[in-house]
Amino acid sequence: MTDTIFALSSGNPPAAIAVIRISGPDAGKALTGLTGRGITPRRASLCKLHDDSGLLLDEALVLWFPGPHTATGEDLAELHCHGGRAVTAAVEHALEDMPGLRRAEPGEFTRRAFANGRIDLAEAEGLADLLSAETELQRSAAMAMAGGAFSRQVEEWRDQLLTLSAEVEAALDFSDEDDVLELSPKFTHDLAALSDQLGGWLARPRAERLGEGFRIVLAGPPNIGKSTLFNTLVDSEAAITSPIAGTTRDVIERSVAIEGIPFTFVDTAGLRDDSDDEIEQIGVGRAKDQLKRADLVLWLGPEYEGPSGAWEIEAQIDKDAHMVKSAPDLRVSAQSGENIDLLKQRLIAAAKAKLPKPGEAALNTRQHNLLSLAAQALVDSQSVGDLLVKAEFLRQARLSFDRLIGRSTTEDMLDSLFGRFCIGK
Amino acid sequence: MHDFDIVVIGGGHAGVEAACASARMGACTALVSFDASAIGAMSCNPAIGGLGKGHLVREVDALDGVIACAADAGAIHYRMLNRSKGSAVWGPRIQADRKRFKAAVQYAVANQAKLDVLAGEAAALRLQGGRISGLDLADGTAISARAVILCTGTFLGGRLFRGEEIFEGGRIGENAALKLADQLRGADLPMARLKTGTPPRLDGRTIDWSALEEQPSDGENWTMSALTAQRVNPQVFCAITRTTPEAHDAIRKNLHRSPLFTGAIDARGPRYCPSIEDKIHRFGDRDGHQVFLEPEGLDTHVVYPNGISTSLPADVQLKMLRAMPGLALVEMDVPGYAVEYDHIDPRALTADLQLRAIPGLYCAGQINGTTGYEEAAAQGLVAGLNAAAKVLGKQAPALDRANSYIAVMVDDLTLQGVSEPYRMLTARAEYRLRLRANNASSRLTPLGIEVGCIGSEREEWFKRREDKRARHEEQFARTVAARDLADAGFGVRRDGGEKRIDEWLRHDGIDLEGLSPWLDEEFDAECDLAQEMAEDAAYAPYLARQDAELRDLRASEAVEIDANFPFHEVPGLSNEMVERLEAAKPPSLAAAGRVPGITPAALSALLVHARRRQRAA
Repeated sequence: MTDTIFALSSGNPPAAIAVIRISGPDAGKALTGLTGRGITPRRASLCKLHDDSGLLLDEALVLWFPGPHTATGEDLAELHCHGGRAVTAAVEHALEDMPGLRRAEPGEFTRRAFANGRIDLAEAEGLADLLSAETELQRSAAMAMAGGAFSRQVEEWRDQLLTLSAEVEAALDFSDEDDVLELSPKFTHDLAALSDQLGGWLARPRAERLGEGFRIVLAGPPNIGKSTLFNTLVDSEAAITSPIAGTTRDVIERSVAIEGIPFTFVDTAGLRDDSDDEIEQIGVGRAKDQLKRADLVLWLGPEYEGPSGAWEIEAQIDKDAHMVKSAPDLRVSAQSGENIDLLKQRLIAAAKAKLPKPGEAALNTRQHNLLSLAAQALVDSQSVGDLLVKAEFLRQARLSFDRLIGRSTTEDMLDSLFGRFCIGK
Repeated sequence: MHDFDIVVIGGGHAGVEAACASARMGACTALVSFDASAIGAMSCNPAIGGLGKGHLVREVDALDGVIACAADAGAIHYRMLNRSKGSAVWGPRIQADRKRFKAAVQYAVANQAKLDVLAGEAAALRLQGGRISGLDLADGTAISARAVILCTGTFLGGRLFRGEEIFEGGRIGENAALKLADQLRGADLPMARLKTGTPPRLDGRTIDWSALEEQPSDGENWTMSALTAQRVNPQVFCAITRTTPEAHDAIRKNLHRSPLFTGAIDARGPRYCPSIEDKIHRFGDRDGHQVFLEPEGLDTHVVYPNGISTSLPADVQLKMLRAMPGLALVEMDVPGYAVEYDHIDPRALTADLQLRAIPGLYCAGQINGTTGYEEAAAQGLVAGLNAAAKVLGKQAPALDRANSYIAVMVDDLTLQGVSEPYRMLTARAEYRLRLRANNASSRLTPLGIEVGCIGSEREEWFKRREDKRARHEEQFARTVAARDLADAGFGVRRDGGEKRIDEWLRHDGIDLEGLSPWLDEEFDAECDLAQEMAEDAAYAPYLARQDAELRDLRASEAVEIDANFPFHEVPGLSNEMVERLEAAKPPSLAAAGRVPGITPAALSALLVHARRRQRAA
């Protein structure tokens, strides 16, 4: 038997309005218990909420959605209460006291929507990301995935592919009947166009990049002001919990959101090759590894000695004895704050170019791999002459599409998702 | 009272295979037919095989069925369709001398142990406690049986149309099984009507053959059955003519007299084999359609014009014909006509072709909404094997979409149902590359031997073949250096190293014949088995890619959905989806995924609920 769950679905109180959602077979009973009357489905009703001792808790806007055509596929109620801490706590307590009701675990509403067939796999993945999103950019990308933007795109590709497959199949099965000829020039054109479209999506930034944030490594010789600049960049911003744990004690990472864009800043050990200290050499080696993983390196060392593509930063410009560069990308002082905002703006611009666009669905690794398989199959189908093998490649591309949205229910794929959502607990 | 294990009603292609398969399994079997002399009659096109259909024939043959041997016995014209394409879509097709084909079928039936033929009209099914207990014939004879297989073709509620004329019956000159149809209708089974058609038969002596392009029988030696040593009959040629704008005019002017357009027939016909009036109506821009003139036998003048099935009035048919090249003076022996008939929604059947509602009652052939001899024969085989296995407590061969076209068809029918007569196409088989017409024996004969439905002749033949395969494999495992191939003129890189012969066969332009210097002198590169193994080798990389897919499929098949699964209790399934799932009753999650209109989200919901139900059980 399924429990009925409830949770505060809006942000933390205090707020103007607090939305409490109730989902499950006893949602209707809970609603009657609180309001003392029957509620018209799918209409907003203003009701007084009482606990079971008759104490007035709040006057709230109440919505009642009988299942199964609801967000979770179950009976669903929403209470739009006044957003004070005491009010929401009181309503939650009243619900908790009802038999068969309990507080929802994180993500449980989504789990139920998926288990009840309200959303497909890609949408569920998007929702999982949505739940862990910490920045505005992460949230909007996850929203796009959860809202079905990618699923719709895949369905559209699948339809296009079916049309192409049909033409090949007609040539295979009916060419001896004079009604069907060989493949048309339009076929070749459409297949190439579809292949290009997939390539375009594959070239997009990946969802994991959103989780990890745009990775900026500060590098240069020791005592050149890296750590001061690092602290200035991260200290004033909202720290977010990066999914990537700091790997070493001598490399310091901080994840922050600047204007909703996720960044990971990395402070490295000073780079120098002449050290005899074994420990320091290890630190230097790790710093060099960090340079390879970076999306962008801020180079504070001697001009032109940094890795290619690095920004030449002339730091500590408030000091007279700082390292002067002839053509720096930017001159900054962490001490005085000079040009720090300008640096941030430029970092944001650089990150935006490499991260998914706001509201654009970003592919995760699973999706990216499957889409790559489909794209490769389309490329192969263009180069092969044997119609039979061409048809087989098109079929494989279709299979990848099916897996993307869960049309072919493979255990592996569902297992990974079940792991994420703990369905069946 | 007669007493049998299995009674088969109908002596067409489905009935014959069902009866013989059941008897081969060891069940005491009766074949009931209106007229024993009509057993094995080809009611429409005098041809067996074709694209997709040739696969079915070879598969029925691999399980020791009748149709392929009879086809060879009657064949007067052989043609491998799609020869220019990859071998997986080659379609072996023969044209048969009707009389010789029928004689071969009747000979096979007469010589099948444990099989009796009973002439009579099947009047009513005997039921006991809701399940089949036998059959009553119209003359009052009672037969007890533990299973009945209905192979009634178009005889069930059949109605013929020719222009303004309407006759009751399945074929011209024979009665329809009206009583049986009434009983089935009374049983509240999901039934619907379909239509099919046949062209006029021509008098070959009135055709000007010299004016027409000839299509000879191909000069090769392949046969339909693996057991046929060689072609036996003299080979004839067909001719090709075309419909003309004048012929189209004649049709268009009289469309109002065709029952297809007057509304007299509202059942759906096959899109893949439309009537000529349908073709003209739907593809009005075309100025001609090809028509194959196929002789019906060695000692008859009757000619079958393939491509112009029609239900127009006889006078219009003649006008249309005479407007075509070579047919200016043609005479018709019998005009064409359309048949509308009852069929059972095949979703009411389980995968062994048994009706869920009436245990012990099996259905095969046109009654399940299919068209074609080959489709009928394959279903007959499945029903016969399964019914006998059930009655005898044995296993039927394990057929699935990855090992046979037969299973593809049965799976399609029982999960998706039909909206038009179902015809086999290679496009329906997703694992087409491994399901070739020429490897049917390798795929299926071992399964047949395992369950005991293969006669001793074929079993011995197969064992000899497997011995030969082992010897071939040794040769295929030999290595050849790229350098040596390059020296011999093959377009390969000299530094390509050594590879096995079966690996070299994947390269374009390298075939067994080319590799003969590295094979034993007595190795026959032309033999069927060597060719088959060479194709296996060439397709191997693509098959390997499918392996992961097949593993997934098996996993998904392992998630069972029981017969009482409450689809309506799964939230998120639309009413339409619930209806389709209830009708098809998919036995597994994989099967549910093949029911049309089931969305990915619905599938995941089904998976979750199937798991919960399993855990609760």
